Amino acid sequence: MAESFLLEIVTPSRKLLSKDVEEVSAPACMGEIGVLSGHAPMLTMLNPGVISYKKGAESGAIAAGRGYAEVLPDKTTILIETAELDSEIDPESARQSLSKAEDALKNLTQDDPGYQDASDSYELALARVRLKERHKG
Amino acid sequence: MPSLRDIKRRIKSVKNTQQITKAMKMVSAAKLKRAQDEIIAARPYAEKMLSLISSLAAKTPSESHPLLRAASGENPKTAVIFITSDRGLCGSFNAVLLRTVERFLREAEYGVNLYLIGKRGIEHFKRRDIEVVKSRPYGSARPKYGHAVEIAHNVINSYLGGEVNEVRIIYSEFKSALAQRPVVQKLLPITPEKLAEAEEFQVEMLFEPSKDEVLSSLLPKYVEVQVFRALLESSASEHGARMTAMDSASKNASSMIGGLTLKYNRLRQAAITKELMEIIGGAEALKG
Repeated sequence: MAESFLLEIVTPSRKLLSKDVEEVSAPACMGEIGVLSGHAPMLTMLNPGVISYKKGAESGAIAAGRGYAEVLPDKTTILIETAELDSEIDPESARQSLSKAEDALKNLTQDDPGYQDASDSYELALARVRLKERHKG
Repeated sequence: MPSLRDIKRRIKSVKNTQQITKAMKMVSAAKLKRAQDEIIAARPYAEKMLSLISSLAAKTPSESHPLLRAASGENPKTAVIFITSDRGLCGSFNAVLLRTVERFLREAEYGVNLYLIGKRGIEHFKRRDIEVVKSRPYGSARPKYGHAVEIAHNVINSYLGGEVNEVRIIYSEFKSALAQRPVVQKLLPITPEKLAEAEEFQVEMLFEPSKDEVLSSLLPKYVEVQVFRALLESSASEHGARMTAMDSASKNASSMIGGLTLKYNRLRQAAITKELMEIIGGAEALKG
C-alpha cells in the first residue's frame, strides 16, 4: 500500500475537502501533474479542469476553476475560487452552462479582453460535464 | 385624560410592535449564526493565501510588483470602499459607520473617490458634493465572493491606472453580537510589514510558471480576499446590531405595556368606583 498524505481543498466559502489520499492529479499551468507522497515542495498555478484523487480503491474528483496548489512532502493544499464535488453537480445545469459558455466563446476572438474569462468558464463547464459523464459510464 | 378605549388601543398597538421586534430579533439571531459560520468557513482560504503571499513577498524586493510599491502619482487621491447595510432598524450600526466616514473625509488631505456598498451609505451621499465612483446595494442574500472580486478589480484598476495612490476600506468589524467596531483599513499598496505577521516557509520551493508570475497573480487575489472578509464581517455586524436593537426594543415595549396596563386598570377601577358612588348616592336620595 502506498503512503498517504493530506489533501486539503479550500475555497473562499468553505473547506471543500480534507482527506488522506495516496495520489492526486491536477491540471497545472505547465501541464497535468501527478502528486504522490514525498513530492518536492512546489507552488503552481492551476488551470480550470478536473482534480482527482485516489486512496486504495476509493477515488473522487472535483471540477475546479483557476487556482493554486501548494505541494509539500506530507501535505497538499489547493486554493480555488470555484469548485464542486462530483456528487454536487447537477448534470442538467452542467450541460446548459457548457452550451452557454460555448456560445459566449464563439463570439470572441483571442484578443478580446473577455476572452480569458470566457475560456476559463468554458473549461470549468467542460470539466463538470466530463465528471458527470465519466461516472455514468 | 385619555379614555379607557384609547388606552386599550394603545396597548394593542404596542403589543403588535413588540411581536414584530421579537420576530425580527429571532430572524437576526439565526442570520447572525450563519454569518458567523461563514466568517469561520472563509478563514482557511484567507490564511493560506496570506501565508503564500508573505513567503513570496519576503523573497522578492518590494519594487517588483506595482501593488506592493507605494504609488507616487502627481495628483494624490484616496479611494475608499465604504460598506453599510441596506436596511435600517439595526440600532446605531449605520450611524456609527457614517460618522467614521465623515471624520475620515474631513481629515483627508487629498481628494477622495468613494465606492459605496449598501443603500444606507448611498442615501447618505446622494445629495453631497463628493465623487462617488461606484455604488451598489449590499444585496439581501449572503455576500458572494464574486461581488468582492468585482469591487476589488475596480479599485485595483484605478490604482494601477494611477488615478488613486491609496485604497482604504471602511467597514464594521465584528467583535461579538454586542460589539461592533468601525475600522478603516488600508488595502493598497500592500505593505510588507503586514505580510510579515504571517508564518513563513522554511523550505525552498519550485514555482510554476515562475515566482514573479505566481506572485503577480496572487496579489490581486489577496485584495479580493480582504474585501470579501470585510463584506462578511459587515454582514455579521449588521445582524448582531439588529439583534441587540430589537432585543432592547422588545424590552422597551414590555415596560410600556406594563405601564399602560397599570394605567388602564387604575382608570377602570376609578370608573367603577365612580359609578358605584353614583348609584349609592341615587339610592340614598330616594330613601330620604
